[in-house]
Amino acid sequence: MNTLVVADHDNSVLKPVTRCTLAAARELGGDVDLLIAGHDCRSVGEQASNIGGVRQVLLAQSESYEHALAENLAPLVIELSNDYDYVLTAHTTTGKNFLPRVAAALDVQMISDIIAVDSSDTFKRPIYAGNAIATVKSHDDKKVISVRGTGFDPVEESGGSAAIQEISSVHDAAMSSHVRDELAKSERPELTSAGIVISGGRGMGSGESFAILEEVADLLGAAVGASRAAVDAGYVPNDMQVGQTGKIVAPELYIAVGISGAIQHLAGMKDSKVIVAINKDPDAPIFQIADYGLVADLFQAVPEFSESLKAE
Amino acid sequence: MKVLVAIKRVVDANVNIVVKGDGTGVDLANVKMAVNPFCEIGIEQALQLRESGIAVEVVAVSIGSEKTQEQLRVCFALGADRGIQVNTEDDLEPLSIAKLLHAVYQREKPEIVIFGKQSIDGDNGQTGQMFAELAGLPQGTFASNLEIQGNSAEITREVDGGLQTVKVSLPMVLTTDLRLNTPRFATLPNIMKSRSKTIDTFTPEDLGVSVERHTEVLHVASPPGRQAGIKVESVEELVDKLRNEAKVIA
Repeated sequence: MNTLVVADHDNSVLKPVTRCTLAAARELGGDVDLLIAGHDCRSVGEQASNIGGVRQVLLAQSESYEHALAENLAPLVIELSNDYDYVLTAHTTTGKNFLPRVAAALDVQMISDIIAVDSSDTFKRPIYAGNAIATVKSHDDKKVISVRGTGFDPVEESGGSAAIQEISSVHDAAMSSHVRDELAKSERPELTSAGIVISGGRGMGSGESFAILEEVADLLGAAVGASRAAVDAGYVPNDMQVGQTGKIVAPELYIAVGISGAIQHLAGMKDSKVIVAINKDPDAPIFQIADYGLVADLFQAVPEFSESLKAE
Repeated sequence: MKVLVAIKRVVDANVNIVVKGDGTGVDLANVKMAVNPFCEIGIEQALQLRESGIAVEVVAVSIGSEKTQEQLRVCFALGADRGIQVNTEDDLEPLSIAKLLHAVYQREKPEIVIFGKQSIDGDNGQTGQMFAELAGLPQGTFASNLEIQGNSAEITREVDGGLQTVKVSLPMVLTTDLRLNTPRFATLPNIMKSRSKTIDTFTPEDLGVSVERHTEVLHVASPPGRQAGIKVESVEELVDKLRNEAKVIA
């Protein structure tokens, strides 16, 4: 029972969600190998080799893998999958892009976005935007699975000394090419891996007023998110969106500011450990799931919250 | 050029679904059904391609029971030219859907095949990419912008860190994200015209595709509930609770 995990990385840093995927792989038992496919990404391979419980790091370096284009990455994973019973990757926009191609080529029905491993062939996954949880059994010999990072506690960053094996096969389907990235630059932690997230909704009223959330975020080392309503209103870019159609987060502390609590938003944050809601509407649905609710005008309460954090 | 748009009939996005007490699934009896919202964005994109003179025909295809023809008629009322229904009562998996659509693709030979990035019921997010692999086509997934440039297309994709633009050759697969466009409403003339548009029907056997299931849903449950906590009276009390009770801030 061997598992191949395909890593998420940006050619310099291994994304933390990879360690969550490794945690799911560990629950399956057997040996776990980690594939780093990219360009000039030896440093990622070295980070990966330190992770505990990894048997071998497979390092495939080629320009054709630099941007994880599905047309080039899928054939590599298909080729390597011969030696494995499971192929796992994180349910990120990278994983979601290439993994279904791998499954189709192998004639396997992929299991998407698992949040629990029940047994070697049975998994739990959310359906209907998290309003139901399905327990799914796979009858395929080889299993192709994407993993929701927040469903698994990440394995330790260190403690291992896996050997790095170079993979020489280069796949370039020559059907697609990368043009450009426009990636949000932020000094704050990434939304999906932050320990604390503070998000604003339509109640923020404008993009400028997100500055008061950013002040709290910087005091707490938190990431800043937003509801779909705030994104649709044009206050902030889409990559800040938390919800069914945005990012799924499950931090230790989630602070929802001026967010009413539409189902679509709750689907993205309701697994947070502690939820705080600040809203002037006492009947807002967000209060039904919040551990601590504060009925207040956010433009007074949030700056006061900052002051009180600074006072210590 | 021809554009093929895959459509899924799903529970309306505004319905609060109820999980059946016996754990066999979600109660869909007498629930309002609709075109999957991401598929509707796909139809809109295809119509815009036709209106800009790039496409000449928009074909909507759906797989399901006869009732799925209701959703094809909705696509006609929006402006789609013609429909294809693959008739089956079975609850098919994305892999089988991709195989059936591949068979339809081989008959129709469109230059662009559009899918929603996921359906709002199964939330698998697989069908477009699986289809692309089976058909040997490149893909632009989670698209927020599409520009056709001769024999290729530039697609801007919504990725976790922001936006990524890729260039792919035609024919190609597009999967839609929310910001690609805002779907139009049906107009009365189009609703009138939609009645005379045709739907060709096939069965999986007609298309020579085996649709046996590879997975089995053992159980469907409601997610663990979350209890409402307490209301605090002031920011001061909130900070105190977070620090000393929940211990989530220093």
